[in-house]
Amino acid sequence: MKTVILDARRLLCPMPVIRVQDRVADLEPGTRLEAFCTDPGALIDIPAWCRINGHRVVETRTEGDDYIVLLEVGRNGNG
Amino acid sequence: MTRQPKAVALVSGGLDSLLAVKVVQDQGVHVEGINFFTGFCVEGHTHAIRKKEKAKPKRNNALWVAEQLGIKLHILDIIEEYKEVVFNPKHGYGANLNPCLDCKVFMVRKAHEWITRNGFDFIVTGEVVGQRPMSQRRDTMPVVSRESGADDLLLRPLSARNLPETIPEREGWVDRERLYGFSGRSRKPQMELAHHFGFEDYAQPAGGCCFLTDANYSSKLADLWQFRGSKSYEIDDIMLLKVGRHLRPRPNFKVIIAREEGEGRFLQGYRKQYVNLETLSHPGPLALIDGEASEEDIQLAARLVARYSKGRGDDRVELQVSGLDGVSHRLAVVPLSAAEVPESWYL
Ligand code: SF4
Repeated sequence: MKTVILDARRLLCPMPVIRVQDRVADLEPGTRLEAFCTDPGALIDIPAWCRINGHRVVETRTEGDDYIVLLEVGRNGNG
Repeated sequence: MTRQPKAVALVSGGLDSLLAVKVVQDQGVHVEGINFFTGFCVEGHTHAIRKKEKAKPKRNNALWVAEQLGIKLHILDIIEEYKEVVFNPKHGYGANLNPCLDCKVFMVRKAHEWITRNGFDFIVTGEVVGQRPMSQRRDTMPVVSRESGADDLLLRPLSARNLPETIPEREGWVDRERLYGFSGRSRKPQMELAHHFGFEDYAQPAGGCCFLTDANYSSKLADLWQFRGSKSYEIDDIMLLKVGRHLRPRPNFKVIIAREEGEGRFLQGYRKQYVNLETLSHPGPLALIDGEASEEDIQLAARLVARYSKGRGDDRVELQVSGLDGVSHRLAVVPLSAAEVPESWYL
């Protein structure tokens, strides 16, 4: 399965969400997107954005200074 | 119209837009939200920076509102376009550098463009007549409708019965009788309506939806414009105005000093863009220099940073100075005394 990487480090919320939203708009349903962020707020905001817009959060984790969200693009389009 | 009417709502994350959407949703309208990110918004990130606010939930209120309502939310990055609104507001500024009326016109215009592009029927906002001194007055609310180009496609469900009938009402997409006639500064009617709908835990921002209504923030922005010689900013500038202690010892540079660990971590991200100082001999804050600083200026900045370190009472504090080329050198200085830091340096 294809996983697209998005570097949203150093951006403050809501910019990581906006970057995810704009990237997801160009992706096919079922594609996975892994967003690397440094604002811990991203771990709350990106999953909230996913719930609202019908995408699935596969995993959230932290690695060093990174807060990482892995999501799968949902059927009903963008954000 | 046989199909379900569709509206887009300006969702700030506050109570009024939450209620406005709920009112039209209850009348069978399909609603989606738009939230604008200008760079000045008072949202989760300031909480993310400051460690002492860690206990607070770091939610984004606009997303939270959308989730409560079960609507989609489109967050639009308008940082670049918004600059013109901040630099040259036709209707001027409010109490601080907040161009509220122009800002509202701009946002409703963007929403109007959005509905045209996306095949939606009308626009909803949470505005209430008389609620805000600049953009929500009886005489300025028609200005928003007119200058945005939305005209009577703009519905304010909380105040509609105080305002002329709009297209959504005339067309029967919503029933005017089931809209509200709130007016004035009191928040009581909104709170009662929130209670009626069962909304709890909503955000109630004190001043306004953005940092431009904050006197302290506005004076730092005015300082930036004054010393750059023109009204200009980049996103990093306006983000940094939200963080740290800002002191301007000389016209050509200012020093941004982290106030605690969270801010220090945030400033770390800017180390490649700004000359920066870090204490080596004692625990102390990370600081950035904004402007063109000479060797002498850097020496002064170092003494200032030393003052905010644990070495402030010692005769000698050692720091590391890192330049834009990534090259670092060590510097030993005598910390400034309290008397050597005049009040006028603080922005
Ligand atoms: S407070 Fe800020 S975001 Fe809100 S209307 Fe005024 S300028 Fe615009």
